[in-house]
Amino acid sequence: MPKMITITQKACTGCRQCEMVCSVKHTGTSNPARARIHVVKWEAEGFYLPMLCQQCLEPACAAVCPKDAISRDRELGSMVVDYDRCIGCKMCVMACPFGSMGVDMGEEHVIKCDLCDGDPTCVNFCEAAALKYEDTETANLSMQRASAKRFSELMRTSTPDLTGVE
Amino acid sequence: MALNRKCAIVDLSTGEIQIKEIPRELREKYLGGRGLDIYLLFNHLQPGVDPLGPDNVCCISAGLLSGTPASASARTHIMAKSPLTGLLGSSNMGGFFAPELRFAGFDHLVIKGAAEKPVYLWIHNEKIEIRDASKLWGSDTFKTQELVREELGDEEIKALTIGTAGENLVRFANVITGHKNAAGRTGMGAVLGSKKLKAIAVRGTGGIDIADPEEALKYDQKVCKDIVSTKFGQIMQRWGTMFIYGVTNSTGLVRSRNFMDNQLPESEAIECENIDDHSVGTAGCFGCQLHCRHRYIIKEGPYAGTYGEGPEYSTQGVYGAEPDCRDFPTILYGNHLCNKYGMDTLELGSLVAWAMELYEKGIITKEDTGGLELEFGSTEALIEVTHQIANREGFGDVLADGVKGAMARLPDEAARYCVHVKGLSNLHSDERPTPSLALGIATSTRGSDHLRSRPAIDIYHLPEKVLRKIYGFPVPYDGPLTSEFSDYEGKPWQVFWHEMCYMAVDCLGVCKFHTVFLSPNMPAFREFSRWLKLIVGIDKTPAEIWESAERAYNLERLFNIREGATREDDWLVDRYFDEKTTLGLKMVRDKSIDREKFRGMIDEYYHHHGWDLNGNPKAETMKRLGIEHEPSRVL
Repeated sequence: MPKMITITQKACTGCRQCEMVCSVKHTGTSNPARARIHVVKWEAEGFYLPMLCQQCLEPACAAVCPKDAISRDRELGSMVVDYDRCIGCKMCVMACPFGSMGVDMGEEHVIKCDLCDGDPTCVNFCEAAALKYEDTETANLSMQRASAKRFSELMRTSTPDLTGVE
Repeated sequence: MALNRKCAIVDLSTGEIQIKEIPRELREKYLGGRGLDIYLLFNHLQPGVDPLGPDNVCCISAGLLSGTPASASARTHIMAKSPLTGLLGSSNMGGFFAPELRFAGFDHLVIKGAAEKPVYLWIHNEKIEIRDASKLWGSDTFKTQELVREELGDEEIKALTIGTAGENLVRFANVITGHKNAAGRTGMGAVLGSKKLKAIAVRGTGGIDIADPEEALKYDQKVCKDIVSTKFGQIMQRWGTMFIYGVTNSTGLVRSRNFMDNQLPESEAIECENIDDHSVGTAGCFGCQLHCRHRYIIKEGPYAGTYGEGPEYSTQGVYGAEPDCRDFPTILYGNHLCNKYGMDTLELGSLVAWAMELYEKGIITKEDTGGLELEFGSTEALIEVTHQIANREGFGDVLADGVKGAMARLPDEAARYCVHVKGLSNLHSDERPTPSLALGIATSTRGSDHLRSRPAIDIYHLPEKVLRKIYGFPVPYDGPLTSEFSDYEGKPWQVFWHEMCYMAVDCLGVCKFHTVFLSPNMPAFREFSRWLKLIVGIDKTPAEIWESAERAYNLERLFNIREGATREDDWLVDRYFDEKTTLGLKMVRDKSIDREKFRGMIDEYYHHHGWDLNGNPKAETMKRLGIEHEPSRVL
């Protein structure tokens, strides 16, 4: 899959605008219960973690589906539910280890993140930049660089000459 | 449909719960939120009741746009007769309660009577239950919300609650949701405490239909991007309201040592940058991209390890400027305590600073304070008195009675040092150099306050051209407007304009930081109109929205008149006129408010409102606004 939605937990402010706009985009109503993304909060500690479908490369949801209704979108790489095949048994809901397959009782079918056809609404609205839509292959690099920076500052001061010429 | 949310009338004395539709005609006239609240309060409350008795009525509401794609659509409003002032009690808070109330199917709650034993309301998907709260009573605001979630078995439940301050009927007890979102002013927590209503828990999975979802999202995105592109937006994201302190204190617009000084010298230790030492990030209310509160863990000292959220600009006054203290961790800890106990930081700060001035002048002594050394500069006394007030112990019990109550228990000469209007204390702003801000606090419908009508942008010296654009819409204005905050000219119209603007956002349930409050570049009537069209599907021109705001504001005025307020109450304490400022920049030094000019401003202010010289709405104004037959008891 070319791009993925990445979560920078520390940046999340818990505003849940992602939930609201996701539900408006998909259902025309403002209703976090029908959003494909949810911010899990520990209010007493101020810890907020957006949770959504990880578009697994070996998805548990597809594995348990008795009707093979969940398959990969060739272009986006996301896992998509074919509602014509889906019987709503909700085995996928129970199987997903992230709890990211939900049930929308308005439409009466299972729901999951579909990356909004390659232009994720939640990402577009996240001013805190906790959600980004990034190149899958290189998504880890910015975190890696940020982590390396901490080491580099330490190393630069303790070993000023890194060329090893001695 | 945003318009199909219901109103529930809950009688805690009888246990009766009525669920009613909100008539379309009331929506057309008042929109929702604070506007509908005053209609309901005016109609359901008998004048002359004891605010802490069972006959007081408490209205709690979500705004018409709460929980929808309007920027920062998070707000809840709470209204009742105030135990502090005996007049309108009215308070607003952010967080996540209002959207959840709407998802549960309700926009308005009217709470009447009083329970015999502590109870809480459980509202979930169109159902309401009154439940026993004996296991919650005695818990602080944080613990209460946790216990409610545990008892009801759902981590997603949102709740508003009172703390021990509310239980103890501290007259300025507040209502809290989340960790620090507070309906702070006018003692709404004491009202709920008197009704033995410990909390309201809410959970909903019902959606709000959006009239034009695609356009609403596009518009929301545009508005959000516009807001965060402003300097104000970026500063709020970074520092929260604490940034204001640097501006106002360096100018000389901050009360210090109660009201003796208009600046706190050498206050770098309590300026906003200090939050970086303790901050672990920021947090935002529902749908808000400004996330203006910090999350902090106090780094060192006696309060190390305490988790808290905020603090706000007012807290820098409460635990900083007013008591002449310069310890940032004390501000963080005091803030946390007030949130935990559930009481209004602002009221506390002003009352304590007053007491400190009395102590310094020997009007009260160590004997009166039960040994508590209430000296300016004492952070220990500040924290100690905070505990005392919340628990109604020692001298704290006196201050817990608020301005009027404390005055009755203190020597007569104490009264002249107290800074308040109508019995509500003032923020730590010193309005002597700013007639427009002084007019705002004198005339606000809930007493001295900075959120009803503060023309804060008046201190920015905006060019007249810009002022005309703002203040000439949606109702034309040809009178004077000046860029100087020291002028008296033209200011009454500005105060009027802001009253209407803030009333409108309070009806819509949108945060005031997202309107023309601290920045001229924020949404106002045009944006309100567009939101209503795209989200709710109703056609309201900017002028019609102004009219709804004016209608509700006049009802608030009538409410106060009915409770005995007169023109005399639209005034300032003598200190504003008789004591001149001594510190700060040249333009704010040696200033006091001129009585005659101020009298003239009040006259002009009444004139703009269509009120007579006694401040009573004229018959033709009431007719124009369609309120001549109130109370009409439509709902």
